[in-house]
Amino acid sequence: MRSVKWRPYLFVAPAIIVFLVFFIQPIFYMIYLSFHDWNFISPDKTFVGLGNFKELLSDPMFLEVIRNTLMYTFFTVLFSISIALLMSIWLNKQGWMYSFVQGAVFSPHIISLVSIAMLWMWIMDADYGLLNWVLSLVGLEKVPWLTDPNTALSSLIIIAVWKNIGYFTLIIIAGLQSIPKHLYEAAALDRTPPWRRFAKITFPMLSPSLFFLTIIGILDSIKVFETISIITKGGPLNSTNTLVYYIYENGFIFFKIGYASAAGVILLVILSILTLLYFKVLSKRVHYQ
Amino acid sequence: MAKIQLKSVSKAYGNNKKVIEDMNLEIQDGSFTVLVGPSGCGKSTTLRIIAGLEEVSSGEIWIGDRLVNDVAPGKRGISMVFQNYALYPTMSVRGNIEFGLENMKIPKAERKKMVEEIAEVVDLTEYLDKKPQNLSGGQRQRVALARAMVKKPDVFIFDEPLSNLDAKLRGQMRTELIQLHKRLGTTFIYVTHDQVEAMSMGDEIVILDKGHIMQQAAPMEVYHNPANQFVANFIGTPSMNVLPKSMVEGKTGMITDERISYIGFRPEHADMQMEKLDTSGINLSCEIITMETLGSETLYLVNSDAGQFQVKSFHAPLIDTKKVHVTIPMDKLYYFDTQGNRVFVEEIPFQTPVREARGEVLV
Repeated sequence: MRSVKWRPYLFVAPAIIVFLVFFIQPIFYMIYLSFHDWNFISPDKTFVGLGNFKELLSDPMFLEVIRNTLMYTFFTVLFSISIALLMSIWLNKQGWMYSFVQGAVFSPHIISLVSIAMLWMWIMDADYGLLNWVLSLVGLEKVPWLTDPNTALSSLIIIAVWKNIGYFTLIIIAGLQSIPKHLYEAAALDRTPPWRRFAKITFPMLSPSLFFLTIIGILDSIKVFETISIITKGGPLNSTNTLVYYIYENGFIFFKIGYASAAGVILLVILSILTLLYFKVLSKRVHYQ
Repeated sequence: MAKIQLKSVSKAYGNNKKVIEDMNLEIQDGSFTVLVGPSGCGKSTTLRIIAGLEEVSSGEIWIGDRLVNDVAPGKRGISMVFQNYALYPTMSVRGNIEFGLENMKIPKAERKKMVEEIAEVVDLTEYLDKKPQNLSGGQRQRVALARAMVKKPDVFIFDEPLSNLDAKLRGQMRTELIQLHKRLGTTFIYVTHDQVEAMSMGDEIVILDKGHIMQQAAPMEVYHNPANQFVANFIGTPSMNVLPKSMVEGKTGMITDERISYIGFRPEHADMQMEKLDTSGINLSCEIITMETLGSETLYLVNSDAGQFQVKSFHAPLIDTKKVHVTIPMDKLYYFDTQGNRVFVEEIPFQTPVREARGEVLV
């Protein structure tokens, strides 16, 4: 039965080939390019060793980009999850109004990011924007949301949180509803005060949902691109330039492919380290039924 | 000290879907009371009302001399063991037992002592730091018991606690619960749909059907003196045979009371012979349909012109026999009216079964 040896490989070959060509090969090609100097057009790629990495890490702008990315990721995930948690505890009830609000907060999730970006450019416009108009109604000063280096990144975080909340709330509500009712009955008979019931029963039982959302949230935020590309283009004064936008700028605007690839490798390393961390540190505290 | 009283308690869900209607129930202090009935009879709802997990639509609940309608579940002096144990899955066994004590603000050293004592009692000392999901069904059951006991409640409530265990373990836990009740002397209220469990554990049985109490009495009283056809059918394995009077009439000619429309008798009170006997009572010639040999006894399903019924016999099984004669003595008959209520006939007063009086063992 010689045929048995290769037959299984034949059957999985289509999947493996697609995976290798479209997922693994680009990653290795990116790593290969990161050791070269190339402008996308010239037939020669000059080998520069670790030159691109040296240049990147000594570039104060790149360090600022890393800082922006981490700030954006941290606060987006933190606010998305905590607000979604509060929302879902509030919305986890019967009644047409609660179902309506659940649907309403979910709607941003199905709108394309480009539309969201356009919408918020108008809302946050310094002169004609909705937000500043509301502020002026209550007698507050106008805020240059997207045009001031001090507020631009925060404004982008607000937009991301607004988009995330609906989806996050939905996942957490699903988590809340899967907690068996009898646990709360046992807690009632154990004379458990409300805050302790939340800390000792609800929160630990939600940990799988929260863990999932943390991972999804971090991966999504680190790779933020659309809103930045449309709204701020990394500005003002580089204050909203994040890693993926920086890679795009260097690769496809300045045609520094090797340099952009090196930044891509760094992104890959950051994501790998984070993923390892979640599973090492966080997953021990997650309770799966 | 806690006697429990329900005074004209009603419970309805939504639009007039009444689960319990005008129930008056008194559970004596220190008793082991079993609420039993078919599914949907309101037994679990009654239990949950006592525990405070359900609110009543009307009526009063008294525990001891306290009206507890508006008292939170945790402050009623009640501990409950749930059907699926309801252990906190994220906490260790110790955490589960300790949780209620922490809420009661008992100092740490004392808590530790209490937990260890109780773990000793239920034989869980070596599992204290394990999570419930790593324990077997029986061990989880013990954790649930320990969690209930450690709070030293006035009343223990059990909601079908043994239904998730296998038959052998169930038997074992049954004895342990009876012993536990003897040792603690507190009021136990126990819900089950299993009449064997009810008969073997309770010192008082409350039989419920469709939200009404059908009878409340000691196990043997319920068995020998059922108040109605429902109780007669529900208690006893196999259940009482009930035949329409009109079908049996010609066979006896002795039952004249016109209130009677059904006649019942227990399968073990029917005597089965090969020859027709000329005794007083109902004589029926029957054909054996099926036979179940259970070792100490044999169960026959027989067909007669009065209808099908069951006969339990403690004699050697009748193999190869088809035609038999069944005699039921007059003093073993129970009479019911059209509504299924018991009719007591003057001429033939109900007596303690003769065979029992003779000292024969009845199972």
